[in-house]
Amino acid sequence: MIHKHRFSSSHTTETQSVLSPRQRLFNDGGSLAFHGHKLSEKGLAIVTWTSAIVTIAVLAYIIIFIFLKGVPYIKPSLFSYTYNSDNVSLMPALISTVMMTTLSLVIAVPLGVFAAVFLTEYAKRGNRAVALIRMTMETLSGIPSIVYGLFGMLFFVTFLGWGFSVLAGTFTLSIMILPLIMRSAEEAIIAVPDTYREGSFGLGAGRLRTVFRIVLPSAATGILAGVILAVGRIVGETAALIYTAGTVAQVPDSVYESARTLSVHMYALSSEGLHIGEGYATAVILLILVILINACSAWIARRVGTGFGRNA
Amino acid sequence: MNGGAVDIIKKDPKEGGHGFAGVARHSEGRADIQKPAHCFDIKDLDLYYGDFHALKDVRMEMEKGRITALIGPSGCGKSTLLKTLNRMNDLIEGCRITGDVELFGENIYGNIDVNMLRKRVGMVFQKPNPFPLSIYDNIAFGPRTHGVKSRYDLDEIIETSLRDTAIWDEVKDRLKKPALDLSGGQQQRLCIARALAVSPEVILLDEPTSALDPVSTGKIEELLINLSGKYSIIIVTHNMQQAARISDMTAFFLLGEMIEYSSTEAMFARPEDKRTEDYITGRFG
Amino acid sequence: MMRSRYDEQLSILNNELIEMGAMIEDAIGNAVRALEERDMAVANEVISSDYAIDEKEREIESLCLKLILIEQPVASDLRQVSAALKMITDMERVGDHAADISELCVYLADSEPITNWANMREMADTATGMLTGAIDAYVKRDPQIAQAVIGRDDKVDDLFDAVRNDLIRLIREDADNGAQAIDLLQIAKYLERIGDHAVNIAEWVIFSITGIHKDTRVL
Repeated sequence: MIHKHRFSSSHTTETQSVLSPRQRLFNDGGSLAFHGHKLSEKGLAIVTWTSAIVTIAVLAYIIIFIFLKGVPYIKPSLFSYTYNSDNVSLMPALISTVMMTTLSLVIAVPLGVFAAVFLTEYAKRGNRAVALIRMTMETLSGIPSIVYGLFGMLFFVTFLGWGFSVLAGTFTLSIMILPLIMRSAEEAIIAVPDTYREGSFGLGAGRLRTVFRIVLPSAATGILAGVILAVGRIVGETAALIYTAGTVAQVPDSVYESARTLSVHMYALSSEGLHIGEGYATAVILLILVILINACSAWIARRVGTGFGRNA
Repeated sequence: MNGGAVDIIKKDPKEGGHGFAGVARHSEGRADIQKPAHCFDIKDLDLYYGDFHALKDVRMEMEKGRITALIGPSGCGKSTLLKTLNRMNDLIEGCRITGDVELFGENIYGNIDVNMLRKRVGMVFQKPNPFPLSIYDNIAFGPRTHGVKSRYDLDEIIETSLRDTAIWDEVKDRLKKPALDLSGGQQQRLCIARALAVSPEVILLDEPTSALDPVSTGKIEELLINLSGKYSIIIVTHNMQQAARISDMTAFFLLGEMIEYSSTEAMFARPEDKRTEDYITGRFG
Repeated sequence: MMRSRYDEQLSILNNELIEMGAMIEDAIGNAVRALEERDMAVANEVISSDYAIDEKEREIESLCLKLILIEQPVASDLRQVSAALKMITDMERVGDHAADISELCVYLADSEPITNWANMREMADTATGMLTGAIDAYVKRDPQIAQAVIGRDDKVDDLFDAVRNDLIRLIREDADNGAQAIDLLQIAKYLERIGDHAVNIAEWVIFSITGIHKDTRVL
């Protein structure tokens, strides 16, 4: 744009100045010398727009498809407190999902954030342990969830003797999302400008106060972004849960009882093949849940963050 | 050099009295001069970053209640020296220091509380760095760190600090608004107010106006002149006109060495060292 | 070398000062010659050259002020520029005196000389020499040459006294000499003033090197 402006005649510049930037992008006035340049600009714009439209179209198609298939099956009986093969209620699964998500986050978020604080704020650069932790985390984040499931079954279910239970499922999920939370927290903390830390230290604040009053609030948005991703992984998880939390469709009375999440519920319904429609209805509820969680997180990020949603 | 010469520019006693050769030049025979107190006494200071010898045998006495400017080309060690004075260098790995730095007679590299030192020696940075908090909370951060809890006390501290930095009238109606909404110049004055809020004895400024426009720069300079006396001010600047305008004493650094240290007027009128002359007349390089 | 434009301007300032120095040296030399030889053409030339000297002063003044405005000189540069500003005032006065002497030539043109010129010529030579010395000191940045110039002022003063006594004697001998003697005394006074201006210039040269003017720390 700048080039075009500089080289086009004063006449075209005047004409263009009343057009919007987008109109100007496609405006063909100006010198021939930059025709090729403009062509590539145009090409780039076309590619960008096409990608955006395709992405949105696919997403819209999936959502519309699920809603069309699922909404007709949503009826009050689907939300009964107890499940039976007649009402195929998703309520127990919904409650279990919320429960397991909350518990997993309660375990993994503090652990991940404090580990990230340690790595970024306390560990000395070039520390071997830090390098080891980073490598471990990267490896862990690349492991397929079924492997977590098998590990959870062998360790929590069998070795610790917890059986198929909410507890075993929760711990498995926590281990699974830990690398994700840690990495995003670490990145968010690193992104906090050093000038904030300098300012805080310069006022005589110690490292602890600096981390808790300045660094973490500034990094809150980034940390929450990681949490949202983690929530996404949890609610979408089936493989790791079938072998650890089991598939019993009930509202668990304690964490030692088996339960199924919405995804597992959907998996069960569709693999049985008897209640495909109810499966789609569950998908609709799951989608709404995910949207709600994301909206909540965004709201919390704005509030908790720094109060001003403006960190670097 | 000029026996019997009368200094007709600087008549005030700041020119003479303490043992420094560059300053005491015209002080002979003045019985009424009192020995000015030093805020900092730097003795045989050497500083290394790993193998790099960043400060070489620096000795200087900085006067209480005055503005001391540190000038010199990039990488000459002036900012490093500044960070030595409130031990911000502690945060840099591989930084090693020998020699003494005394704050009003107390060795700051001895057995002292670093956080308390930084309360006594405030710092303002090159880029305005308000926290992403409200204007009020920015200034309250320091006092809260040091145990001030009562709302009444905080309100008073905040008003005083903002008035001292001449920004009160601009922000009094939006103390709860984000500090980052202020202009660059206002942000920097806010940062100075934030430093004043913990009632420091010395304020260190590391090129505080290098990111600001000329009008904001002028305001900050005027502010610093008004604050001197009440506070000892040590400023690193790349702008020699600025050093000449606002400082009482100027020290010139080159490659980690302090080349020359004297009253600002003497420094800019008749530097003694050829290297100083080359630098301040712009012929360095 | 950094600031090459700045250094170029400073050397232009130097050259201009040397040129102005040459102009006033010529003016005095010519004025004295016109007097001795009763040469009206030369006298008129000196009178008209004063205009060029005034122009030169304004030119240098403007150059100095521009340098201060744009380059904000400090340390020795500032002394050089401010000394130049002060020096040209004295130099311009010297040019005026040369013109004044030439104007007096016109009155003396028709009368027979009543005195021998030895003392007068020596005064003129000494004053011109002092002026040359002062400019030389500025060019060479040599305070010793400048100090020597200041020392020679006593000689001019002594010569002035000698000329004066001589003229008093002439008037006593013959009252008709009175009119011419008064003109000649004025000329001697102008020459003596030129010596004083040379001293002033030398003092500013010393200032430009040391920052001290007449034993007072100015900068």
